[in-house]
Amino acid sequence: MAEKLETAHAGFLRRYVFSTDHKVIGIQYLLVSMGMAVVGGLLAVLIRLQLAWPGEKWPWLGKLFPDGMAGGVMKPEFYLSLVTMHGTLMIFFVVSLALLGGFGNFLIPLQVGARDMAFPFLNMLSFWTLVPGCLIMLGSFLVEGGAAAAGWTAYPPLSAVRSAIPGSQWGQTLWIVAMALFIVSFTMGGLNYVTTILDLRTRGMSLMRMPVTLWTLFFASALGLVAFPPLTAAAVMLLLDRHFGTSFFLPSGLFFGNQVLPNEGGTPLLWQHLFWFLGHPEVYVLILPALGIVLEILPVFARKPVFGYRLTVYSLVAIAFLSMIVWGHHMYVSGMSPYLGEFFAIGTMAITIPSAVIGTNMIATLWGGSLRFTTPMLFALAALVFFGTGGFGGIFLGNAASDIYLHDSYFVVGHFHFMIGGVTLMAAFAGCYYWFPKMFGRMMSERLGKLHFWLTFPTFYAIFLLMHYMGLAGMPRRYYAFDRFEFLEALQAPQVWITLIAFVLSAAQLLFLINFLGSLLRGAVAGPNPWGATTLEWAAPSPPPHGNWGDQLPEVHRWPYDYSVPGAPTDFTPQTAGPAEVPITF
Amino acid sequence: MSQAHIVGPMAPAWGGGVSPFRIGWNKLMMWIFIIGDALLFAGFLAGYGFLRLASGSWPDRSQVFELSFIALMTFTLITSSATMATAVGASQRGERKLVLVFLGLTILGGLAFLAMQAYEWSGLIRAGASLASNPWGVPLFGATFFMITGFHGTHVLVGVLILAITAARFQTGRGRPEGVELAGLYWHFVDLVWVFIFTLFYLV
Repeated sequence: MAEKLETAHAGFLRRYVFSTDHKVIGIQYLLVSMGMAVVGGLLAVLIRLQLAWPGEKWPWLGKLFPDGMAGGVMKPEFYLSLVTMHGTLMIFFVVSLALLGGFGNFLIPLQVGARDMAFPFLNMLSFWTLVPGCLIMLGSFLVEGGAAAAGWTAYPPLSAVRSAIPGSQWGQTLWIVAMALFIVSFTMGGLNYVTTILDLRTRGMSLMRMPVTLWTLFFASALGLVAFPPLTAAAVMLLLDRHFGTSFFLPSGLFFGNQVLPNEGGTPLLWQHLFWFLGHPEVYVLILPALGIVLEILPVFARKPVFGYRLTVYSLVAIAFLSMIVWGHHMYVSGMSPYLGEFFAIGTMAITIPSAVIGTNMIATLWGGSLRFTTPMLFALAALVFFGTGGFGGIFLGNAASDIYLHDSYFVVGHFHFMIGGVTLMAAFAGCYYWFPKMFGRMMSERLGKLHFWLTFPTFYAIFLLMHYMGLAGMPRRYYAFDRFEFLEALQAPQVWITLIAFVLSAAQLLFLINFLGSLLRGAVAGPNPWGATTLEWAAPSPPPHGNWGDQLPEVHRWPYDYSVPGAPTDFTPQTAGPAEVPITF
Repeated sequence: MSQAHIVGPMAPAWGGGVSPFRIGWNKLMMWIFIIGDALLFAGFLAGYGFLRLASGSWPDRSQVFELSFIALMTFTLITSSATMATAVGASQRGERKLVLVFLGLTILGGLAFLAMQAYEWSGLIRAGASLASNPWGVPLFGATFFMITGFHGTHVLVGVLILAITAARFQTGRGRPEGVELAGLYWHFVDLVWVFIFTLFYLV
């Protein structure tokens, strides 16, 4: 497809709405993900209200949700919808969108030195397929029965039998449709990311000279492209089960609403296998770009090359491969053969090795550096902290023996919020503060940014660390109210504490939004390279014009981490600096 | 690839790297798409295998299918792959007429396959089979059969449309050999999937 770079002079619609420019699309993705994050965050606040004060009356909320909170008391089915939609929105419509859609789109062509994606029209189509997906997902709250309520994993039979719970009526169907649109959108985006990284690199940008961010985006997109299709197959079967009388996931003898269902022959386990075949790689789709962002930011503010670049890349290869064959560790309690469980446990333990290598490389990057604690650096360090402590929790969950005790407890909730909550969110914030000057040509406020950080990181950490301990004490996840269990009475006080801290955490995010909008309008004007960084995007003007580079594409002469090269005129040597200026080391 | 099409003063100094695979981005994109699509069918077929193995009984295939007819269907589809390959070869040699003839033959093959599939389906449906029922035994047979062959049939239909568009572009002189090659990749993939479906439903 010959894409002419003609939109530079086009009208408002072509420039800012139906744009094929990867930078505009990236920013569109980022803004949508921020909007979805606000919704997902508010859902979490509602969940916390119920958990801290179960059965309490909130008359004004009753007016806001006349169905789900009739009279001000939260109904159990509404609570289940909240949990389901919070998970779905945050995983697919916030983190995936921000990291791959947002930073992926914005960074890939800039960092490989291309003018745009390989297929810009497909890129635009990807975004505009996603928008109806978002609207349908949000709109599912308004249909009869409310939004889907079978959990973000949509396990049958709850999700496959329409009479099972109110959320299984139209809400679940809309959930499937919205997910289908998301998958189509992701596929179009992912095809672009992979081919652009492989084929549109500028002269001199060999694979081993690519910034780590590009490597992580490459593996994340490739993983997504192979992991989503089997989920699509499963979603088609689920849709057929729900509306066309098949029983792929429904065994005989199911009993709902005082009658035995006519289905026979299926098994809910099939869904679990197909779902987790996606589901586990999906967490790496989320976390790999986050690690990439951290690895990009640490050297900049340590003024020191990234440690173990090659080993990091090889570790990413290992993680990408291993993540495809460990899905069974989500299913240890489903009655799988202990021998099969052993296989999945060994595979999962094997993943900890490359993960630990990457974590160690991050720490070693800091060793002996001249650290500058800017806001992006603080958030990157926070992501590193979550990656370390969250990873420890993963060891207990990956082993069948300990997982059988911890499965479906708050330990799991705490663990995955450390990993695909903490690491990705902190990295996304770090990326926002770091690349904001490149996106909009202005700096974000450091003062507000630091305040945002000190209100976000400790609160986030406290909330989910507490959840680990509650899980160890035996608190199960997804329950509507915990005040009916004697053995959990002692945990009611931490429930209230968590909710109070969650209020602080959510309020603090307003600071970020204020900072984002305020800096957009009156932030200090940023030069092309305000942080003194070396990667290619900082060689373009801020913000880069349509087509990114002037008449000539940039030429790359070195790897992206030449910081503090002895004898160099500055403590950073851009990738574009030729051998005549500074000797090439790598 | 794409860089070569940028017009005006922004024409680059060099067309960007195509290593490590030395293929253009559009062919690479098609290959990756095919891998994804293959995994979609893998998901379906794995699910089918899972359910069939878990099921106590499964209908006797010789009772359900007319195997000689299915063999003819398979033969037609495989033949269309051969005509497709000829069309790709002709497009690379620049023989426009030959491209059109062989694209036409491929489209005919695809349509014939679809017609035969429709005939097979209507026979089964008349006998009482559907997504939710199956006169020869477990209902899951009907569900998996119609879902998977239906999905494959949809892929053939999409392939026919792609071939028709490619042919129309060649007719009006806008077609490029690469377009034929990409359409060919997709067509061969659809045929290959049929080989798996044929084996797993009709032979075992």
